[in-house]
Amino acid sequence: MNLFDILGPVMVGPSSSHTAGAARIGLMARTLLGGEPVKAAIHLHGSFAETGTGHGTDKALVGGLLGMKPDDLRIPYAFTEADKAGMAFTIDKVDLRDAHPNTAVIEVTTQEGKTLRIQASSLGGGRIEVNKLDGVDVSFSGAFNTLVVRNQDAHGVVASVTNILSQVHINVANMSVNRSKRGGEMLMVIETDHHLKPSLVEFLKELPGILSVTYYDKEEEDDGSGFDEGDL
Amino acid sequence: MVLDSMKEIFEAMETHDLPFWEVVLRADMEDRQVTRQQSMAKMLRTWQAMEDAANNYSGARRSVSGLVGGDGRKMRQYSFRHNAMSGGYVSEVIAEALSMAESNACMCRIVAAPTGGACGVLPAVLLPLCKHEDLTQHQILEALYVASGIGAVIAYKACIAGAAGGCQAEIGTASAMAAGALVAIRGGDKEQIGHAVAMALKNLMGLVCDPVAGLVEVPCVKRNVIGAVNAVSCADMALAGVESRIPVDEVIDAMGEVGRRMPVEFRETALGGLAATPTGQAVKERLRQA
Repeated sequence: MNLFDILGPVMVGPSSSHTAGAARIGLMARTLLGGEPVKAAIHLHGSFAETGTGHGTDKALVGGLLGMKPDDLRIPYAFTEADKAGMAFTIDKVDLRDAHPNTAVIEVTTQEGKTLRIQASSLGGGRIEVNKLDGVDVSFSGAFNTLVVRNQDAHGVVASVTNILSQVHINVANMSVNRSKRGGEMLMVIETDHHLKPSLVEFLKELPGILSVTYYDKEEEDDGSGFDEGDL
Repeated sequence: MVLDSMKEIFEAMETHDLPFWEVVLRADMEDRQVTRQQSMAKMLRTWQAMEDAANNYSGARRSVSGLVGGDGRKMRQYSFRHNAMSGGYVSEVIAEALSMAESNACMCRIVAAPTGGACGVLPAVLLPLCKHEDLTQHQILEALYVASGIGAVIAYKACIAGAAGGCQAEIGTASAMAAGALVAIRGGDKEQIGHAVAMALKNLMGLVCDPVAGLVEVPCVKRNVIGAVNAVSCADMALAGVESRIPVDEVIDAMGEVGRRMPVEFRETALGGLAATPTGQAVKERLRQA
């Protein structure tokens, strides 16, 4: 938790966990889908299911799916915005085993038929954790720049990706590699200290054995330019 | 350095001969690997977001449940027209705390401090002070660093979420942050900041989190008022030389301990306290059927 998790985030109310965190989960789902969602099935678990309507959790999730950040003033009107954007959505309750009380499962689809199933929890103060991607256990928060790579389970594929990252001086902060079965598909989650250029993400997609690459840029920090302490 | 106790901050102040706020600023620079300029620019934007939140809220909106909205405006009009018992500054503090907390419940844009539910406390003591006293923006930013440093220590040693430690952890922490900020603005020393924080937390210790229908509305909005007014009294007491008999870090530990042992019914589950009253239950039922 950093200082601006204590004083912040700047957010649309009422709840950092049920509203701001929910918007971040929606935005994460949109980003990792790698395209504009036209269809979304949202399933709410625990406290999200019990008090979600009153906290605007439903609107915040839909807003996030439409690309809104937690401080976006359109969040209260996200359902209308979804109509305008042509995104159809359903919201229902689900009972998950061993899940954090503030958890949502979202299935999203693009116009071209790309799909993603994501399970994520809101931990408080607007911080989130992604628990599952397409049925594979993962654990990351979006506090870092995050690369999600689907690849064939074959030797050398993981190394080929990390090798490229090292060549362009991108430092890996955390990394996990998971697969559902041997020889099938694998899921790599790579959290980096540095920002990845879109061209690099595109380049990674072309590597042998890589099935798909999506990339989440951590929330932009102000570079402080234009600020002068002497002006205060 | 990590902001893991008030003592740690006090020692860093002595070792490096720095004011409280500067120790917190440097901790942020180190933690997030940012420059002084980046950190302060972000703090300035945070302050501007608080000002915008106050300026943009008219009091016309109602919350999802319809339980909340319009009380801040009532209080403000009352304090303008009548001779409020609490006097000029404090009556404005009450009005601002109600307004900001209510704007949060109505899905307006606010700054969580430390949470959405407690977002009214800190701006409620600072915004009216800007009207009454000639403060520079630098002084305000210093106060915000002091407040967030205090919040960081409490988050590290105890907790700041209602679900973890009850309302004492949310409004209590917000109140302690605001009390410390006020003492810093008035030029109080580190001991006085510590006493103000300790007293603010002690006065709200044990307060349960019992939101009706699980919403950040009743009693949360009005509890922002007690957090803000408590902060003003504790800051004034500390500046007057009143001391907490229990050292501040021990008070923070005690608050954490009370939070951990608090029954789950009183930790944001809406199963106890005001949420469990017949009226509280009736509201829940009405919303369920809506």
